[in-house]
Amino acid sequence: MKKALKKWWPLFVLPTALSFVFGFIIPFCQGVYLSLCEFKVISNTTFVGLRNYVDALADEQFTHAFWLTTGFAITVTVLVNVIALAIALALTRNHLRGSNVFRTVFFMPNLIGGIVLGYIWQILINCVLSNVGEQLLALNTTAGYWGLVILTLWQQAGYMMIIYIAGLQSIPTDYLEAAKVDGANAWQTFWKVKIPNLMPTITICLFLTITNGFKLFDQNLALTGGDPNHESELLALNIYNTFYSRTGAKWMGIGQAKAVIFCILVVAIALIQLKITKSKEVQQ
Amino acid sequence: MKNNMSRRQFVKFTTAGAASAASLGIAGCGSSSSSSSNSTNETSSSSSGSVYYLNFKPEVDEQWQELAQKYTDETGVEVEVVTAASDTYEQKLQSEMAKSSAPTLFQLNGPVGLQNWKDYCYDLSGSAIEGELTSSDLELKDGDSVAGVAFVEETYGLIYNKTLLTKAGYSESDITSFDTLKKVADDIQSRKDELGIKGAFTSAGMDDSSNWRYTTHLANLPIYYEYKADDETDTDAIKGTYLPNYKDVFDMYITDATCEGSELASKTGDDASNEFLNGQAVFYQNGTWAYDDIGTMGDDTLGMLPIYFGVDDSDQGLCTGSENYWCVNKNASDDDIQATLDFMYWVVTSDEGTTALADDMGFVCPFKSAKEATNPFVTIANDYISNGKTPIAWSFTTIPSEEWKSTLSSALTSYAAGGSWDGVKTAFVDNWATEKAASE
Repeated sequence: MKKALKKWWPLFVLPTALSFVFGFIIPFCQGVYLSLCEFKVISNTTFVGLRNYVDALADEQFTHAFWLTTGFAITVTVLVNVIALAIALALTRNHLRGSNVFRTVFFMPNLIGGIVLGYIWQILINCVLSNVGEQLLALNTTAGYWGLVILTLWQQAGYMMIIYIAGLQSIPTDYLEAAKVDGANAWQTFWKVKIPNLMPTITICLFLTITNGFKLFDQNLALTGGDPNHESELLALNIYNTFYSRTGAKWMGIGQAKAVIFCILVVAIALIQLKITKSKEVQQ
Repeated sequence: MKNNMSRRQFVKFTTAGAASAASLGIAGCGSSSSSSSNSTNETSSSSSGSVYYLNFKPEVDEQWQELAQKYTDETGVEVEVVTAASDTYEQKLQSEMAKSSAPTLFQLNGPVGLQNWKDYCYDLSGSAIEGELTSSDLELKDGDSVAGVAFVEETYGLIYNKTLLTKAGYSESDITSFDTLKKVADDIQSRKDELGIKGAFTSAGMDDSSNWRYTTHLANLPIYYEYKADDETDTDAIKGTYLPNYKDVFDMYITDATCEGSELASKTGDDASNEFLNGQAVFYQNGTWAYDDIGTMGDDTLGMLPIYFGVDDSDQGLCTGSENYWCVNKNASDDDIQATLDFMYWVVTSDEGTTALADDMGFVCPFKSAKEATNPFVTIANDYISNGKTPIAWSFTTIPSEEWKSTLSSALTSYAAGGSWDGVKTAFVDNWATEKAASE
């Protein structure tokens, strides 16, 4: 078995590797090149050096979107993981009846596309706002921000919950029994036994929520569209708008430069996070 | 623990895999769905060129496919028609133009679109299609060269429900100026319960599906009158001379309306259209294209008035213009360019072509051999012109960018919900200069 794997692994890796090269590596390199150009269509470009990066960083909307996105990603990462873990703990208790039904219910929102969710929540939130006499989403920055947070929580908590449940179930029962015999209470068991053993799971969940938080696009587009006046516009939507809703030759390049900055930023944050949480993982 | 170890390692491995793959994905832009034609006929063509038309209007996709097929059957020249999904034309055009088989015929919306695409426009001066135009005003000029020709003319104004207006005790002749329009609207609004309606005007929705009626079409009037007063056709810095008139009209729209101003933020184009269709409102600002939605009310019920603006009311007609220009791709091969020019000429001169444009697509085309369209709003627009009224040109095609419109939309929405008018002024005047400068 091992020998066969050694011999044949390139064949098994090939489909993924190929799609990764064609779907990511090549477009990424092309993207980096385009970010140094002025262009209208990608087959006809003029090299302009770093001008696009200077313009992109000088764009106040971009800076605003950057800080908003950072705040958003932190809020969402903390809330999604706390809520998902709490639900997972509740649903892995032995005596809970119908826990499979609950798991399905919590997971369900994840199956609906972001655009659809965005519009549904827009109607819901606008109804609430209109009933309490507040400004609607299109004029209400605070409501737009928290609306996005609530939407993201609702959509992603279930997904992370499933991963946490898998993690909790993979903790060997001998550990938990040993803790019980030693007289540990539920709280001590949670912090001293479950959390350390969950670290690999936490690594994945943190990684997914942080990157999702930064990359959020569909929900933002559908729920607020950046209204009012780009106040609720996250990075991805800002890039999209720079690219498509501005007139003039230079904007495509600026949008592209923003995209490259964005990409490097997300990769860097994700890698740092992976490194930190991985160092906390314990050997079983 | 062997099993657990391997599971853990598996988890680790997938983490690393996901890390590299997922983190690198840039937010994808919505890929535009499109319907492409199947008109690639295998008949050997007499000339070697072929036509690829990137169509802007999804509502007439089917008609174009049929027309393309007819042309192929008749001449053997391949014509492919691809339609961009609603609101994705610019994206589609950008990606298609980058291909080796780029569109040979595409559409621009006017001077602002030209700003983006002027390097791709074949000079149409002296071409057969240019000769067919009824007026040289309908050319899209880039310096001396003719970058595009308008092929559809559209008209907008205040559509009204004749039955309801009569019921309220008025007729069209009572409304001849902004003041009389406002008087009638105010009166209707105050008697709305008695008349069984919800308001004089349909909701001025500020959702993306409707806000263009105010940020583009209504905004055209202050721009048009300012250009006229200053004898300009475009400007880098608008003064906003006629903004008070714009405010008066918008105030009327949101006070004599079917809903509260604070609700407008979420009102859509369908909401307004349905209110009008269900007889809940008397007036509805929209254009000839709305006939598809409200035509079922019957031609006798529908009328259209100018959006009286209080500047030169006695002379004011409906707003007629075009934001549909045909452009030929300069970078296509000579054979393809020739094939495209031939196709365009055939569409606007042949019996099949003109019939399809007028009857199947309902277009009013500014070409010499164009057929008369059946749309009643078109007839009304022609009546205004023959009665000596001056049609309002579509000066909004000089609006600097989509960004300008969306900023104005936010400001108007905020004003309608009780905010100050200063925001609108800033968005209209200051932002014009900013956006014009940004699009250089």
